[in-house]
Amino acid sequence: MRPFASFAVSVFLIEKWNDVANAYWEHFPHQADIGVRGVGPTLAAAFEQAALAMTAVVCDPALVVPDESVEIVCEEPDEELLLVDWLNGLILEMAIRRMLFSHFALTLDGHRLRATAWGERVDVARHQPAVEIKGATYTELKVGRTDNGLWFAQCVVDV
Amino acid sequence: MDLSQFERVSDYEWRIAPFGRMRVPAVIYADQALLLEMDQKVYEQITNVAMLPGIVKAAYAMPDAHWGYGFPIGGVAAFDPDEGGVISAGGVGFDISCGVRTLHTGLNAVDLAPIKLKLADRLFAKIPAGVGSTGRLRLDAAEMDAMLRGGAKWAVKRGYGTEADLDRTEEHGRMPGADPDKVSEHAKRRQRDEVGTLGSGNHYLELQEIVEVYDVKAAERFRLVPGEVVVSIHCGSRGLGHQIGTEFLKQMVIAAPGYGIQLPDRELACAPLASPLGQDYLGAMRAAVNCALANRQVITHLTREVFAEILPGSHLTLIYDVSHNTCKQEQHVVDGKPRTLFVHRKGATRAFGPGHPALPQDLRDVGQPVLIGGSMGTASYILVGTEQGMERSFGSACHGAGRAMSRHQATRQWHGSDLVRDLASQGILIRSPSLRGVAEEAPGAYKDVSAVVEAADRAGLARKVAKLKPLACIKG
Repeated sequence: MRPFASFAVSVFLIEKWNDVANAYWEHFPHQADIGVRGVGPTLAAAFEQAALAMTAVVCDPALVVPDESVEIVCEEPDEELLLVDWLNGLILEMAIRRMLFSHFALTLDGHRLRATAWGERVDVARHQPAVEIKGATYTELKVGRTDNGLWFAQCVVDV
Repeated sequence: MDLSQFERVSDYEWRIAPFGRMRVPAVIYADQALLLEMDQKVYEQITNVAMLPGIVKAAYAMPDAHWGYGFPIGGVAAFDPDEGGVISAGGVGFDISCGVRTLHTGLNAVDLAPIKLKLADRLFAKIPAGVGSTGRLRLDAAEMDAMLRGGAKWAVKRGYGTEADLDRTEEHGRMPGADPDKVSEHAKRRQRDEVGTLGSGNHYLELQEIVEVYDVKAAERFRLVPGEVVVSIHCGSRGLGHQIGTEFLKQMVIAAPGYGIQLPDRELACAPLASPLGQDYLGAMRAAVNCALANRQVITHLTREVFAEILPGSHLTLIYDVSHNTCKQEQHVVDGKPRTLFVHRKGATRAFGPGHPALPQDLRDVGQPVLIGGSMGTASYILVGTEQGMERSFGSACHGAGRAMSRHQATRQWHGSDLVRDLASQGILIRSPSLRGVAEEAPGAYKDVSAVVEAADRAGLARKVAKLKPLACIKG
């Protein structure tokens, strides 16, 4: 049984691009907005899955073709601030480039993050985007280990 | 929420005496049923707000309060800079100066009926809405700064509206003290082609019929006549405000310990008003207020263009424009003494009572129009500010229905296409780029706006003037 099964509203298993096992994302409820949670065997995998969960707030990630890439680099004093920075870095790229992202390759060196995100420009007819994301917040912000040793990374995003 | 946590002051006022690190009491204005439905997080968040340095009198939650970020949505708190008072990026929120404006159309519902479909389609085609949409304006660096300094006044100077619009907008259409130099290049890039766009989520443009009048005198002054049609526009400062919120929240989280501020919740990140960071945020936040005012002004212009196209000679006049997510410098009387305070309203509407010098001359004796948005399919209301409200909540009232259900719950319960069909059968046309977005914003996902407005009225925060029924809604 998944560690958050009782908390999660919906759980989707994702076949990750780099074929990492035991990695998945899910949404959790917030009254006005949506919680995103990534789970994986490494902290980097959990961060990648959290990013996928964020795309899924907007549309089905399977509809987003990984055509173009952008690089994101950030560094923060702790893992939780780093998660918020990572997601906000993606939100900025989504907004400026009017893109959605569906694949991520992320490495962590201490509290320094380097990532490539692949995606494409928003196509309203095909993606049917439900909502744009304003920002990743510190609400329900947690990074840590689940009972079965996997990493998780979560926060609420404002939509 | 467990009622035993409160002292019942009246049927509409519930007090939490200070405990722990609370500096002042917390007060929730609601009836018993609304309070019982409120999430326990509202209790946690409003008591956390009461712990912030320099808070004056009490931390308040409006009848539509629900779980937000740091502050509850529907939270109001005032801070005194001379007593170490703070300004909080979380207390303003990401969508800075998100607000509502309502315009007379000069039409009645009978006149509208034969052209409603065409109007809804043209408004949907002309006003950019939803994810990835861009406006007709693309601002270069100089124009961006001019917009951030000038607000709706900037838009009017460039032909998007009239001087009369400015008189009916908070701050007369331009928030003074805006400092575009404190707005990052990232924030400006996010906004470059977003002026005049509606956004998504709970933002909308709605045609509404005035169906009921409660306060005849105030309704006459606001020219609200049953059967007539108005247009309401709900949106904010778009990407620029979101980016400013994101950046300053982080800066304040990191800087707070250096200011000796113990944050009960990181989302309450704040800085002393008298600090460089506090002043930088104030300058950037005020620029975002101007961005929101400019945005609603340009959308007003686009709306007028559509009306003129279908009804040549039509004349849309602004009733009022209110902002929801702000921190404003205001004069308030506290314990008989006038004080300069910085009032945070997070998902709350300014509701100044009669005689306030900030009100337009022709409305000063009656009070400020308070525009309360509903959700698609449910009513909206116009209220008027009261003297009691000045005393009870620093001149503030609720801002809408407030969510009762998460977006996920809503999408599990409703399908967008069913909602569009059901609402059409009730005479309400919905136009949206996203059916999932419609489902997430289902009317049933919100609290009963009529109960919220009734509680605001009974609590003395603002007085009911008129009820509006939706006829057509363009959803972002």
